[in-house]
Order: sequence, then structure tokens, then C-alpha cells
Amino acid sequence: MDLSAVIFIEILYAVASLIMISAGLAVVFGMMKVINLAHGEFMMMGGYATITAVNLGVNVFVAMLIIAPLIVGLIGLVVERLVIRHLYGRLIDTMLATWGLSLFFIGIVTMIFGNTTTGISTPIPGFTVGNYQINGYNFFIILVAIALVILLYAVLKGTRAGLIARGTMQRPDMAASLGYSPDRIYMATFFCGSALSGLAGAVLAPLVGLVPTSGAAYIAKAFITVIAGGPSLIAGLVSSSTVFGIISQTFSFAVSPVMGEVALLVAAVVLLRLLPQGVTGKFFKGKL
Amino acid sequence: MQGSMSKDVMTTLVVSAALIWALPLMVSTYTLTILIIYGMLGLSLGLIWGFGGIICFGQAAYFGLGAYTYAIAAINFGESTIPMLLAVIVPAIFAALLGLMMFYGRLTDVYLGVITLVVMLILFKFINSTAGPQYVIGNARLGGYNGIPGFQTLNVPGDPSAYIWGDAYFYVCAVMLALVFILVSALLRSSFGRIAVGIRENEIRMSLMGYDIRARKTILFSIGAAIAGLAGALFANWSEIVTPSLFSLRQSAEIIIWCIVGGFSNRVGPIFGAAGLAYIKILLGQQSMVDNTLIMGIILVVFVLFLPKGLVPAVAELWNISFGRRKRGASRSGRRVRNRGKANG
Repeated sequence: MDLSAVIFIEILYAVASLIMISAGLAVVFGMMKVINLAHGEFMMMGGYATITAVNLGVNVFVAMLIIAPLIVGLIGLVVERLVIRHLYGRLIDTMLATWGLSLFFIGIVTMIFGNTTTGISTPIPGFTVGNYQINGYNFFIILVAIALVILLYAVLKGTRAGLIARGTMQRPDMAASLGYSPDRIYMATFFCGSALSGLAGAVLAPLVGLVPTSGAAYIAKAFITVIAGGPSLIAGLVSSSTVFGIISQTFSFAVSPVMGEVALLVAAVVLLRLLPQGVTGKFFKGKL
Repeated sequence: MQGSMSKDVMTTLVVSAALIWALPLMVSTYTLTILIIYGMLGLSLGLIWGFGGIICFGQAAYFGLGAYTYAIAAINFGESTIPMLLAVIVPAIFAALLGLMMFYGRLTDVYLGVITLVVMLILFKFINSTAGPQYVIGNARLGGYNGIPGFQTLNVPGDPSAYIWGDAYFYVCAVMLALVFILVSALLRSSFGRIAVGIRENEIRMSLMGYDIRARKTILFSIGAAIAGLAGALFANWSEIVTPSLFSLRQSAEIIIWCIVGGFSNRVGPIFGAAGLAYIKILLGQQSMVDNTLIMGIILVVFVLFLPKGLVPAVAELWNISFGRRKRGASRSGRRVRNRGKANG
């Protein structure tokens, strides 16, 4: 009983962290059809922003939930203006350019912070269920992920800004003729996507030892989750995160954590072979 | 186009002979060997991506697979001839199986990229986790994160005690690269190669003309993997150790950067891109002021933004504009072929 409760929470946590990791990438890809391979580095920088802010004496939650997203969002804004703006509609070129950016950021963070592991302790203490110890911080991540999905849905579906953004993504020419500048909207969307990446990196930072190359650990997972999710933003994100989270966590418990990771990757290959357009290319069609 | 194959071979031989003679005067053969190996690796990706239109983010997988196959087989056989062959065959078969799965599932562009990347990561994770003594193939321990050291390096076929190393090994690698280059040229001149380019340009049209694009893509993908595997085996001989970092994301990124900088759609671009950038990286590695990765990143971004066709086509075009004799009304494709001839010479 205790064990199954622990496993259930762990699976929930795995799904939640996949949603967190992929949300920023999903917004940028789902709305703008741009794959940002520097996403992992955006997360890494979110983590560094948090740690730096905490070391300067800022409250850890303020640092995670406000400062890190803002800083990474601003970096994203600069990147969008300087590089990505010129490459809209060229999927492969944006991937390559952002891959270059990711190397650039790894290099620059290595030069600033050095190639050493840094970290902060988790701000929420753990507690026990029967004979097992559960990390209390996992609950925080699950809550943040749920809040994130709800917020995303509410903004896109309920607000005027969300409506304009969705309209522009479908028909930029139409939006332009109605008086909205697609350029500005792309810019804002990329800012939001980057901020989400920064948030994810910040929230996950206390769980991992942060090095300048930690982004690489996230990017593959995020990339796979988003592509496997398919065209619908939120439905795709949630469904593929759920599938992959359950598979990887089950294998982690049954065999070993490494096999859990391998199982996730194998599942991704099989899933893409069966559903080449992603989960939402077949199911939940036309949903958000 | 038909009659110029012999001329092409002659040019390749003359140029490569001149380079093999001239380069050791400037750079040490030890460094040159690795540049040649990287050049071959670049050529493998240039062939499948530039001419076949197959977007492969995981070319390092076949490089690493070739290196590991060689190391494991060399430990088990105690000589190097069969391991060299295996190092070409195993990645080719692996890629063929993967290709069967991908191309017969009609996966295209970004999805191909994801799957090749993921397969590479699976190999990386798997090899990294094989540190325990239970992971053994024959006499070879896979060694996990530490890799496999101490295997038999290249020897004269039939005589395991006659090692080929140092300067001799450089000449072996250089001749191998020239051979591979000639084979790739021949392949691209054959109908198979021209149809592959056709598939890159317009897949639907080629399939409507009755060509089986799935089989052709699979074969081309497999050939690319074989070349990458050969490069991997040569690399294993050069470094005398194979580690999981051969499969890493960074290695794959570098291969793509080489090809972008050199230019995808010609045969020499990836080779020069690879050799040039690898050399720059070695030079940069000697200083510690600016991080190496940072410069590689900047190079990639700048090239995607300003020179998406790569350096070699740009130079060839410049050459043509300044010195080339231009026929009025020459077709675009005709000009492109001529560019390629110039770039090779």
C-alpha cells in the first residue's frame, strides 16, 4: 500500500516534470513552428539565475517564480530579435541556428560561472509515508505543472491576447490585415516560451547539480515530448508527457533508472513510427 | 557529365597526392590524421543530407558504432583486417534496419531528425551504463563510461605484429579518404546517385515516375553509415581508446557544423569544413581565454544566417563570377554542375 502510493506519486512527478521541461518548447513550436534547440540552455540559465539570486539573498520562491522567468524571457527576446526573426518558416535552419546558440550559451556560462557544479538545497522538507521517504519538493513541482497547464489554457482560450496569438499563428496575413503586427506577436510569444523554459529550469534547479552543460539532459526529452505530442499545444503536451512519464517511471522502478531513460527513448521511436504526426495528429484533433 | 568520370578520378588523384605531399610539411601527421578522419565523417553526412536530403541529427551514432565494433572485434580476433571490415558492415546493417523502419513509415524531415537523434542517445545511454563486468562481448568488456582501451591497432593484413602507426598510418588514412571520395563521386554519377538527388529535390515526382524512394533512401542512408563507420574505426586506431563520448550530442552537433560551414551540396565542402574547423578547434584548445564551444556556436549561427549554402559553394561562385567563362543563357543546373567541377579542382 505504502509502496504503491509512493510509486503513484513518483509517476505523477515524472509526468509533471516532463510537462515542465517541455512547456516552453511546446509554446514556441506549437504556436510558431520554430524548434528551439537552445531550450535546454534556457532552462540551464534559469537555474543559474535562481541560484545567483538566492545567493544574493532573494527569497527562493521569488527567485524561482519571478526573477528566473523574467531574465530568461529577456534573453529569449534578444535572441529572437537578433537571430530567429530572420529564419521564420525555415524549420531546419532555425533548428541549426538555435543549436549554435545552445553551444554559444554553454560557452558563455562556462566562462562566467566556471565548469563546476553548483546547487541550492530544496526549500521544502521531505516527509515519510509508512517506511518510505518522499521528497516534499516533488509535490511542489506537481502543483506548479498543474497550475502551468491551467494558466496556459486560460490565457490561450480565455483572453483576447491568447485569441490574437492563436489567430496569428494560423493566418499571419489575416491578422496583419486586421491591424495586428505578426512580428510583435511572434516576439511576445517567443518571450513567453523562453520565460516558461526559464521557469522550468528554475523550479528543477534544486533537484539537480547544475553545470553549464546540464541543458543537454533536458533538450532531448523536451524535443521528443513536443514532437510526439503533435500539432495541438496543450493536449499534445499533456498526453505525450503522460505516456512517456508512465513508461519511463515504470521501467525505472522495474529495472533501473538508466533503463527508464532508454525505455522513454524507445517508446518515442515506436510512437513516432506508429503516429508520424504525433499523438494529437490522430487523436484530439483540432483541440487546443 | 558521362565522359568526365575518368577526368574526375584523375583530378582527385592529383589533388589528393599534392595535398598528401604538401600538408605534412606544415602540420604534424598526428594532427593531420584526425583531420582526415573527421573529413571522412563530414563526407558521410554530406552524402546523405546534402545529396539524399535525409536529415540525420545522429550521424555520430554510426561513427561510434564503427569505433566500438572495431575495438570489440580487434580484442576478440587479435588482428585488424576482419575488425575493419566489420566496422563498416555493422553500422551499415544497423542503419539499414533503422532506415527500413523510418523510410517505410514515410517519416520525413524533422521526424527523421528526432528519430536519428533519439537512436544515438539510446546508444549513448546504453554504452554509458555498461560499466559492470557482466557486459562482455567475447573477451571485450564494454567498460561503460571509461570506454575500451588497449585493443589491437591497425596492422599489415596477415601479420598482426606489423603495426601501422605514425606517418604510415597517416598515409593509410589519406589514401582511404581519397578512395572513399572517388567511390562517392562514382556513386553520385551513377543513375542511383542522380535519382537520389532527384528524390531530394522532389520526392513525390520521383515516386510518381516509378522509383521506389523508400528502398533508395534506405540504401543511401546505409552507405552513409558505412562511411561513418569506417571513419569511426580509423578514429579508434588513432586514439587507441573508444569512449561513449563518440555518441554524444556534441559530436553530432560538430558534424553538422562542419557540413554547414563547408557547404552541404558538394563533395569537398564537408571534408574541408570538417578538417578546417577541427584544426581551428585544436588551435583554440591551446588557449584558455575564450571557451571553445562559444566560438563553435557563433560560427554555426553566423553561417546559418549569412552563408546558409556554406563556404565552398560561396567561394566557387565568387571564383566563377570573377574569373569563370560564362556562357550566356546557360541553365541554372548546368552552372551548378560546373561549379562543382571547379570546386573539386
